Amino acid sequence: MSLTAHPAPVDWQKASYVAAQAADSRINVELETEGMVLNIGPQHPATHGTLRIVVRLDGEEVVWAEPVCGYMHRGYEKLTEVRTYPQVTTLINRIDWLGHFANEVPFILGAEQLMEVEAPPRAQWIRTIFFEMARIANITLFLGDMGVQLGALTPVFYAFRDREYVLNLMEAATGGRFHPNYDRIGGLKEDLPRGWVDECHGAMRKVRDFCDQLEDLLMGNEIFQTRTRGIGVIPASVGLDYGLSGANIRASGVDWDLRRDEESPLAWKEVDFKVWTHPDGDSFARYWVRLQEVREAASIVQQLLDGLPSGPIMSKVPKIIKVPAGEVWHHTENPLGEMGYYIVSQGGLGPFRCKIRSASFNNVSILPWLLKGVYVPDVITILASLYFILGDIDR
Amino acid sequence: MGLIDKGKIPKPLTWLLNTSRKYSLWVYQWGLACCAIEMGAAFGSPRYDVMRLGVIPFPASARQADLVVISGTVTDKMAPPIRRLWEQMPDPKYVISMGSCANCGGPYWDSYSVTKGVDQIIPVDVYVPGCPPRPEALLEGIVLLQERIQNEDMASRWRGEPMHVVA
Repeated sequence: MSLTAHPAPVDWQKASYVAAQAADSRINVELETEGMVLNIGPQHPATHGTLRIVVRLDGEEVVWAEPVCGYMHRGYEKLTEVRTYPQVTTLINRIDWLGHFANEVPFILGAEQLMEVEAPPRAQWIRTIFFEMARIANITLFLGDMGVQLGALTPVFYAFRDREYVLNLMEAATGGRFHPNYDRIGGLKEDLPRGWVDECHGAMRKVRDFCDQLEDLLMGNEIFQTRTRGIGVIPASVGLDYGLSGANIRASGVDWDLRRDEESPLAWKEVDFKVWTHPDGDSFARYWVRLQEVREAASIVQQLLDGLPSGPIMSKVPKIIKVPAGEVWHHTENPLGEMGYYIVSQGGLGPFRCKIRSASFNNVSILPWLLKGVYVPDVITILASLYFILGDIDR
Repeated sequence: MGLIDKGKIPKPLTWLLNTSRKYSLWVYQWGLACCAIEMGAAFGSPRYDVMRLGVIPFPASARQADLVVISGTVTDKMAPPIRRLWEQMPDPKYVISMGSCANCGGPYWDSYSVTKGVDQIIPVDVYVPGCPPRPEALLEGIVLLQERIQNEDMASRWRGEPMHVVA
């Protein structure tokens, strides 16, 4: 028995219609472009690491984009379950490797909340200073790198040069140039070395100079303006739907900063700072907001240095740290956005479960929506302006 | 070229070839994780300036590179692309493994998704320890590699025999 169906009777009216359409389309055949799938990454200079983005192109226009994550997945959440609390800080330093110290703080604050320990005021102030310095070290590199993505190689040299001042200070106080691991439950590892405060004032002046320099060098540039203004616009409502945070959502005009809006034991409430927003929501706005944030961070550090209280840096904590059973959620405004830890403790030496909410994962989740309809060169500027760290996406 | 066909290169010629090769290393930056920033500081910052060692850090693709610096955590998902890019590099090629993660897994030694050491996938010439290593440490790794290139026996390499390093 044959399984082939009988051929359908020919509908001549329809066939002539199809023929006419085909004749019309033949006229346009030279203007047609074939769809093409372009694979950006996993090793590409524009992706800051190992993010892979698959885009389908029509000519030079993106019709569909999909980020492929997981090339840097290191299993943090599982690893925290087999580490003790002091060991976890070593590990989580490396989630957002540019904002090193800022990763430790929410975890330590959460654990302190469970243990009902509070660090002495001096420790809280120094924590805040280092938090803001991590922000500076993180975002200065973005400010330089954005230039590289647009074809200006010089800014990144300036960024690396001035970042070293901040890293040197970090190293002087903590012993770690890159991953300080300075935070302890109940305080800090050790006090600041002599002469550090004066040095830090000098470095903050240099950071401000760097911001002025970059504003002159890059932001007024016509090529920079043309390639960033009106490109990659995120309306505030869409950004909130996708869970964007940090400078990305502030650049869309949402005035939301956990440093100011959230009750925190850190010393942000003691200082006077402005949360910058920009109404445009395009790549330029994201750059501009971050530039202002570095300035604000430098000013916060200087204010804190002026009023640094004296006293101990460690409160009374048992030698072997056991966190009582309970659950806690603590989040802070990290350089890349909102970062939080949901710690579940069962009274053991380490967390029973630790959920890490990192900013970049949500920030790149908007990419399929955002990249639709843009041109290929703009993909690069949009990726650079969203500013993600691969460790922060994949954890 | 009779001597070279027989696999015997005069010593001065070997010296000249090796000296030329070691001061014109084109390095492909394989930035994976935290170490990529320190590698960027070593290669891209005015303070450390790798070009004074004769290393040029900007080849357009791996096919133009002599040296690759694997800097950062190698995950099981990333391992096949690393192998493939290494295969695309022209011979003679060298590999520097930078940082604890690329050396042995580092702080992720018990992670389910991390390859414990890039030397499981590709042969490594120089290991740079540290988490992450300072830029100076990477520069020293490059100097060590240059010493190694200087002492290579070119003839054996051209015959396809395993490399002998004369100390």
